[in-house]
Amino acid sequence: MQSAKMSAIVINEADNVATAVKQLTSGAQAKVMIGNREETITLRDDVPFLHKFALKGIAKGEVVTKYGQPIGEATTPIKKGEHVHSHNMRSRRGLTSTKNR
Amino acid sequence: MTLRGFRRPDGRVGFRNHVLILPTVTCSNIVAQKISDAVPGTISISNNTGCGLLAGDMELVSRTLINTAGNPNVAATLVVGLGCESVSAEQTASSIKKFGKPVEFLSIQKSGGTIKTLKKGIALATKLVQQVNDIPREPVAISDLVLAVECGGSDPASGLSANVALGSAVDKIIDRGGSTVISETDEFVGAEMIAAANCRDKATGKKLLQMVHRFEKHIRMYGADLSNGQPSRGNILAGLTTIEEKSLGCARKIGTRPLVQVVEFGEIPTEKGPVFMDSPGFDLTSVSGLVASGCQVMVFTTGMGTPLGNGIIPVIKIISNTPGYRRMKDDLDMNAGTILEGTETIEQVGERIYTKILRVCNGQKTKTEILGENQFCIWQTQAQL
Repeated sequence: MQSAKMSAIVINEADNVATAVKQLTSGAQAKVMIGNREETITLRDDVPFLHKFALKGIAKGEVVTKYGQPIGEATTPIKKGEHVHSHNMRSRRGLTSTKNR
Repeated sequence: MTLRGFRRPDGRVGFRNHVLILPTVTCSNIVAQKISDAVPGTISISNNTGCGLLAGDMELVSRTLINTAGNPNVAATLVVGLGCESVSAEQTASSIKKFGKPVEFLSIQKSGGTIKTLKKGIALATKLVQQVNDIPREPVAISDLVLAVECGGSDPASGLSANVALGSAVDKIIDRGGSTVISETDEFVGAEMIAAANCRDKATGKKLLQMVHRFEKHIRMYGADLSNGQPSRGNILAGLTTIEEKSLGCARKIGTRPLVQVVEFGEIPTEKGPVFMDSPGFDLTSVSGLVASGCQVMVFTTGMGTPLGNGIIPVIKIISNTPGYRRMKDDLDMNAGTILEGTETIEQVGERIYTKILRVCNGQKTKTEILGENQFCIWQTQAQL
């Protein structure tokens, strides 16, 4: 697990979102470790404790990846540093569940 | 640490020695509870069904009740029925006999009402407690342990701390020959492909996928979809956005060793190792199925905290984050939030969980046992009549 100094955790190098391990505010510089590489992301929104933010730009319809796995898709274009939650992403399962197998 | 348990006639091992007062139908719940209240050493569960059932649910409910009495933490059972219900007390008691433990039954209608049943029930329950009171604890092995793993009130930290640390403890149990059962079929949606790929053989993987697809199909039958309740309102507030994200965190509880068997709700596994049991994600129902499947102890991870407990099996509750631990300490046995803060590793918390499991098996009480938490909810998958 990553150092306590980190503001957020990136579980898998393939992920395009990080999980905040403290309450983060818009404009803050969030330090994350992506694999062995340290990166600083400027936050565009407040990100509550344990919520997600984008590590890179995600196009509308593009897969959101966490744990190295798809967790859904962007419903609007998401900019690097934006809060990622129900307002800009959705599940790919449910009504359309058969489509994705 | 040497594990010490109660060896039952069917060869399984219990870590508690309860006499179960088992109502076969909701109508006999209060009588069963009053008998239990009057006789120390007994425990009762509340039955949310038992009548008005279609054939499929009739089988599911009967199996759950019978196998709950079969749980190795139960030393003897007094079955209490009303008399006219679909799941009869006499038939249930007769099926429970296969476990080789003492069983008695009573019908409220045949006994002549509540007061007469209470009187008879208290006498029978007392006799059963006296009968099983001198069963000794004997040294047993980790291979006798069947650990239930469950989560409820999850948050995004669950998949980063508590569930991963639990997975590490589970790996240790499996490597020593023990077993674990994970459930909650709808909370495998999005994680089922990885889980299926990590099954011991193709047939097991296929069965797991079929179970997940069956669940999804059942939801679509009502013109609904998973997003109607998965993730839950609380999950979303905590930061979990989709079922896929929740499932990927949930599935980490089972550890990394291959799944060896897939069983129906409340069915007793025949294989040793990690097992998947069909159940809904509603934790109360899932816990009840895990009790019936024969797990003797449970580790329950949570992000937001919950009082949930069960009278038959001790529930060890672990929270994923330190603010939550401070808030809900009275209901929690352990904090895994230290992993997020970097003050403990996953392996260190996993080791603490492993030791805690052994201590609880040997008799240490969990917070839910001290608080007397005892919830039970049988799954109903078909129309009620």
